[in-house]
Amino acid sequence: MDLDPEGIFRDDSDEDDDNLHEREANKEMVVYLIDASPKMFTPATTAQSDEKQETHFHTIVNCITQSLKTQIIGRSHDEVSICFFNTKEKKNLQDLAGVYVYNVTEREPLDRPDARLIKEFSCIEDSFMNNIGSRYGITSGSRENTLYNALWVAQALLRKGSVKTVVKRILIFTNEDDPFGGITGAAKTDMIRTTIQRAKDAQDLGLSIELLPLSRPDEDFNMSLFYADLIGLEGDDIVQYVPSAGDKLEDMTNQLRKRMMKKRKVKTLAFAITNDVCIEACSDYLSVLCSFTKCCCDLSINYLLLFVGAITWLDSISNLPLKAERSFICNDTGALLQNPQKRFQLYNDKVVKFSVRELSDVKRVASHHLRLLGFKPLDCLKDYHNLRPSTFIYPSDEQVFGSTRVFVALHSSMLRLGRFALAFYGTPTRPQLVALVAQEEVISSGGQNEPPGMHMIYLPYSDDVRYPEEVHLTSGDAPRGTDEQIKKASNLLRRTELKNFSVHDFANPALQKHYGILEALALGEDEMPDIKDETLPDEEGMARPGIVKAIEEFKASVFGENYDQEEAEAAASKAGASKKRKAITDAASQKSAAYDWADLADTGKLKEMTVMDLKSYLTAHGLPVSGKKEAIISRILTHLGK
Amino acid sequence: MHGALQEVENVCSTLLRKKLVYNRSDEVGIVLFGTKETCNDLAKEIGGYKHVVVKHDIKVVEEGTKDALQNLPRGTAPGDFLDAIVVGLDMLIKRFGNTKGKHRLCLITDSQHPLRDPPEGTKEDQVDTIAEQMKKHDIKMDCIVFRESGVQHNSVMDENDQLLYHFRDRSVAKVVQVDTPTSLLGALKTRIVLPVTIFRGDLEVSSNLKIKVWVYKKTSEEKFPTLKKYSDQAPPSDKFASHEVKVDFEYKSILEPDTVVPPDQRIKGYLYGPQVVPISSAEWEAVKFKPEKGVKLLGFADRSSIPRHYFMKDVNSFVPEPGNKKATVAVSAIARAMQEMNKVAILRCVWRQGQGNVAFGVLTPNISSVNNVPDSFFFNILPFSEDIREFQFRSFSSLPSSSQPTEEQQEAADSLVKMLDLAPPGREEILRPDFTPNPMLEMVFYSKNNNLGLLYSVSHTMLVSVNDCFPILKWKQFPGLPVNMILVKSFSNH
Repeated sequence: MDLDPEGIFRDDSDEDDDNLHEREANKEMVVYLIDASPKMFTPATTAQSDEKQETHFHTIVNCITQSLKTQIIGRSHDEVSICFFNTKEKKNLQDLAGVYVYNVTEREPLDRPDARLIKEFSCIEDSFMNNIGSRYGITSGSRENTLYNALWVAQALLRKGSVKTVVKRILIFTNEDDPFGGITGAAKTDMIRTTIQRAKDAQDLGLSIELLPLSRPDEDFNMSLFYADLIGLEGDDIVQYVPSAGDKLEDMTNQLRKRMMKKRKVKTLAFAITNDVCIEACSDYLSVLCSFTKCCCDLSINYLLLFVGAITWLDSISNLPLKAERSFICNDTGALLQNPQKRFQLYNDKVVKFSVRELSDVKRVASHHLRLLGFKPLDCLKDYHNLRPSTFIYPSDEQVFGSTRVFVALHSSMLRLGRFALAFYGTPTRPQLVALVAQEEVISSGGQNEPPGMHMIYLPYSDDVRYPEEVHLTSGDAPRGTDEQIKKASNLLRRTELKNFSVHDFANPALQKHYGILEALALGEDEMPDIKDETLPDEEGMARPGIVKAIEEFKASVFGENYDQEEAEAAASKAGASKKRKAITDAASQKSAAYDWADLADTGKLKEMTVMDLKSYLTAHGLPVSGKKEAIISRILTHLGK
Repeated sequence: MHGALQEVENVCSTLLRKKLVYNRSDEVGIVLFGTKETCNDLAKEIGGYKHVVVKHDIKVVEEGTKDALQNLPRGTAPGDFLDAIVVGLDMLIKRFGNTKGKHRLCLITDSQHPLRDPPEGTKEDQVDTIAEQMKKHDIKMDCIVFRESGVQHNSVMDENDQLLYHFRDRSVAKVVQVDTPTSLLGALKTRIVLPVTIFRGDLEVSSNLKIKVWVYKKTSEEKFPTLKKYSDQAPPSDKFASHEVKVDFEYKSILEPDTVVPPDQRIKGYLYGPQVVPISSAEWEAVKFKPEKGVKLLGFADRSSIPRHYFMKDVNSFVPEPGNKKATVAVSAIARAMQEMNKVAILRCVWRQGQGNVAFGVLTPNISSVNNVPDSFFFNILPFSEDIREFQFRSFSSLPSSSQPTEEQQEAADSLVKMLDLAPPGREEILRPDFTPNPMLEMVFYSKNNNLGLLYSVSHTMLVSVNDCFPILKWKQFPGLPVNMILVKSFSNH
């Protein structure tokens, strides 16, 4: 059983689920290898005369800057290094020609990204030609092989950290599909051989080499010329790699960004379709479907709610981090305890003790995998059947061969029949009923919008569902909108429609502001950034006459013609209530004025007065009137200054 | 009903166990009806009310209360639930009068037997009178009608159901129909959470159109009870020892590991990549994001533009302000228009002033099927662009043919999906989330009862009874018998 004893005693806060949080061990180290040859600086789109031409180089710088920014928010432990090849200048530990490792002060070449790196890298284009320079690295006549050098430098940079705990990647950005096209003869075959050998060595060391090809306007990037061999692609795989035509640069940026993100597998789990001891009725189908009853899937998290606020405590004088120490103290004796191993719960006023082992037994209702229970029509999945972000499932043939085939078959049946699968997902912290909803692949010009697979949606149990709409019931029927009112509402809906709505358009204002401030402070800037809150409604748009008219009509039909007036009257009657309060205060102050309070206090006669009379003083002076008689007297004395 | 009595015993025992943990001062009484004997105050005082037995008077829960539920007698007389309700009501009123507190009746019945004709008026009139009394004393009722699947409906059952729905229409009762023991346990609310609004105020469609709404939680994860750390330091003679452990946090400087830094000398450091940016809370307060409280509409969008898997968190419910007729109508009109046009509303919500973030989400209509329940909305949180990770996966169509199912296999998959149907026509949906209790929470209560403290030696017999309530657990006990077998068996019988 893969239970960690630590995990069992953790309180069930949101953080505890291993699904939702990637472990530190999943750290990633990336070297961005960017081709800086003059070809990268030629316009990337077919000439459209006067507009300013963007280059592939520019696209890449944008992509990497964006990715660094998201990385600092979401995965700040990952380390990156930025490295250009085909440069005039050279800067690398091996002192190889044509390779320039870009860096800023106070930072290792391969390190976590910081504010300065992002800031300076984002405007690198301005100074690139002067400081680093661009040239064709592999030319006939020279024995230089800049691509080979670049791979060597990248491999050396990635030397630190063990491949077991760290994912190491080299990402090559280029628009040159035939880097050795300029040379011929034995020199060419030799260079190709050594470069591919270099790449293979790196891959043997556990580094993954990925290519992000950019197609030029006049010709598509041809993988089979060289790069397919370099990264080890065969047959069908090459098709996958070819980017769509580069006529829309925006789409290309999108594709690059998506491809730069490494899919992180949370875990692979068995999806038990039925058990070995199978039901006769069912076995006929299964024997056709597969020779086994299990299918393996990879889970990945496509949605991770990000929150503001990783903090550490610092000493305000030295600004050095503080170390938090936890101590356990026995409530009865005051003795200091070592981490107590037992927990308890009062049951019928008796103490019930649990050991770690016992608790884990309770929580282990199920072993750690998915178990299919059956299928339901999609409309059984209600809008309120939700608890947390969904998880994505994609088949994996790594452990059980044939998983993909079963998965694909079920996937297409579910899509066609409009069903979702109900399954039981037995995590040790919270075994849960889940709905597996088949997702069809959605492709647009910007690449894949929705990948094919299944979404795992976490369903509530009956213990989790509440019925707030039934709390305030009146006898008699609840009023409903009439057809006329619904018609007016429909009109309103039509008027205020958001065209082409997509959640991708809304950035989290709290997060943007938070990191904007931090970035400014980290760089020592005085100016605080102004972040636009995209989630605010479009006031201007709402003020358009058509919309205003629709709103007015709806209002008149539902609330009646004089609603605003009625509201104003209601507000006025509230003011009436405050008048009433004022009257009470006036009466109290009159009553209170009848006494000489200072004298009463001095002679100690306050105790002889009634609470009602005493309270008149408090009301008149706007003091709280609560408490027992002694408390009231002492409050009066304090107020009198005695 | 006899067949289900064992389940009822289990379910009610679970309810009592939960009360022993969470609500020690709750009071519970038990009334049986349809019994051979008669034993209740009303029968003694005014006669009638036959075959109703007060098994347990209303008392504070204790271990003994559960014993009253053991070996429930298999009655011989037809059960008259109206009589039972009157007896229960009478007990509650006599015990509590008009004292404050939540008073509820919980009726579990198969509602299959004809009811006694009232001496005067119709049965509906009788229901009206009872409902009047319940309202007067602020007593609510949960009715759970348990009928195994395949039971043929007859006129008696229909009439009885109508009477129960009549209670519902008078807003004093909630009626649910279940057909499996698991659903029975799920339908019985074992822990009543007092609903608390997270927002009361205006739903601003525009600056000119505001609808008064209250926002509640619709779903909220019921957690495993948080256990306290146990200290064994107290001497055994100390009967009043709390055995609790206090946890103290101390912050120590790295340079001088022995000195404790007092709270006023600490300052928060925010992480920006590898850098730590120190900011005092006063400075932070001045610059941080401070949205204004309010719920604002951005606009309406097509339902298809928001796939189901975008829903991020537990769900809220927007109900019109209670007692506000105009708000109720406005919500109803908009909800119904949304339903008709297949639209959803996009909202930006700041529930409280001073909240550091905004909730961005989608409002979907919840059209009420019950006359006296107003229409409302569900609200789901959507991800921000930062929260979305767009991974690319290989499309299925480009997979090699070795990974593609053959035509025959595809047919088999189709048949499998059709056969393992959990919502077959003419039956209640099986394993409906609303009626499926959390097996882990139930396990805790079973095991605690069985062996105080000695949890992992939970006896086999006990586990078996747990499993009877939870078909989904069965395979744990008997690895050879998958739950599917149970389910599929039930399909093959039909």
